[in-house]
Amino acid sequence: MAAPRVTIQAADFDLGAEVAALRAGDAGVGAVASFIGTVRDRNDGSAVSAMELEHYPGMTEKAIEAMVDAAFARFDIRAVRVIHRVGRLAPLDQVVLVAVSSAHRGAAFQACEFLMDYLKTQAPFWKKEQTPEGARWVDARVADDAALARWGIAAGNAGPAA
Amino acid sequence: MKIQVRYFASIREALGPGESLELPGAATVAQARDALIGRGGAHATALARGRALRSALDQALCDESAPLTDGAELAFFPPVTGG
Repeated sequence: MAAPRVTIQAADFDLGAEVAALRAGDAGVGAVASFIGTVRDRNDGSAVSAMELEHYPGMTEKAIEAMVDAAFARFDIRAVRVIHRVGRLAPLDQVVLVAVSSAHRGAAFQACEFLMDYLKTQAPFWKKEQTPEGARWVDARVADDAALARWGIAAGNAGPAA
Repeated sequence: MKIQVRYFASIREALGPGESLELPGAATVAQARDALIGRGGAHATALARGRALRSALDQALCDESAPLTDGAELAFFPPVTGG
């Protein structure tokens, strides 16, 4: 059975192990690009002591699987691995991994960025931060919508209210 | 028509994880939202027009013009902030 492409989990992950599994046995791979998102200790001018990540079980996995399909349709890539953590996380913790293998580096770099831009605005996750002023939901950023627009996709996430 | 409504993040905190909703005849996502707003109180505040709110129908992001079907799963939530 093929390894899963998308996993939502509370547990941490190991980049080295994931990349090894991603390219295992595929001598056609000439490039692997990976991105890891981590928890900062500051956001919007406040210290952040912890973060709670909520998701929509079922939909989150489907949404990211569709993004991976879109990446395969758009770029000449060989394999993709996405892991996103949920639950309580602390500064320095890893949050998300996107790793892509391809024959040549351009496609791996591009697909990795494409997937992160897509995920930021279209995958149902929500972050709640603990700050000295209390807990607060993180606001969506217009800059993240703009990042996805570079790929010709309208995000419609942080934009005007309906 | 009866649908299941689910809420996430700040909307879940205000309204709970979800509820069922009866609608008379054919309806869109927008009409379901309006029916929920019509309950007043916390619903009127959390789902108010002018608030940034996204919706998903049967676990796929949707526009509010999307038509509902009996037994559908409709979710309302704030803009997403993963990654």
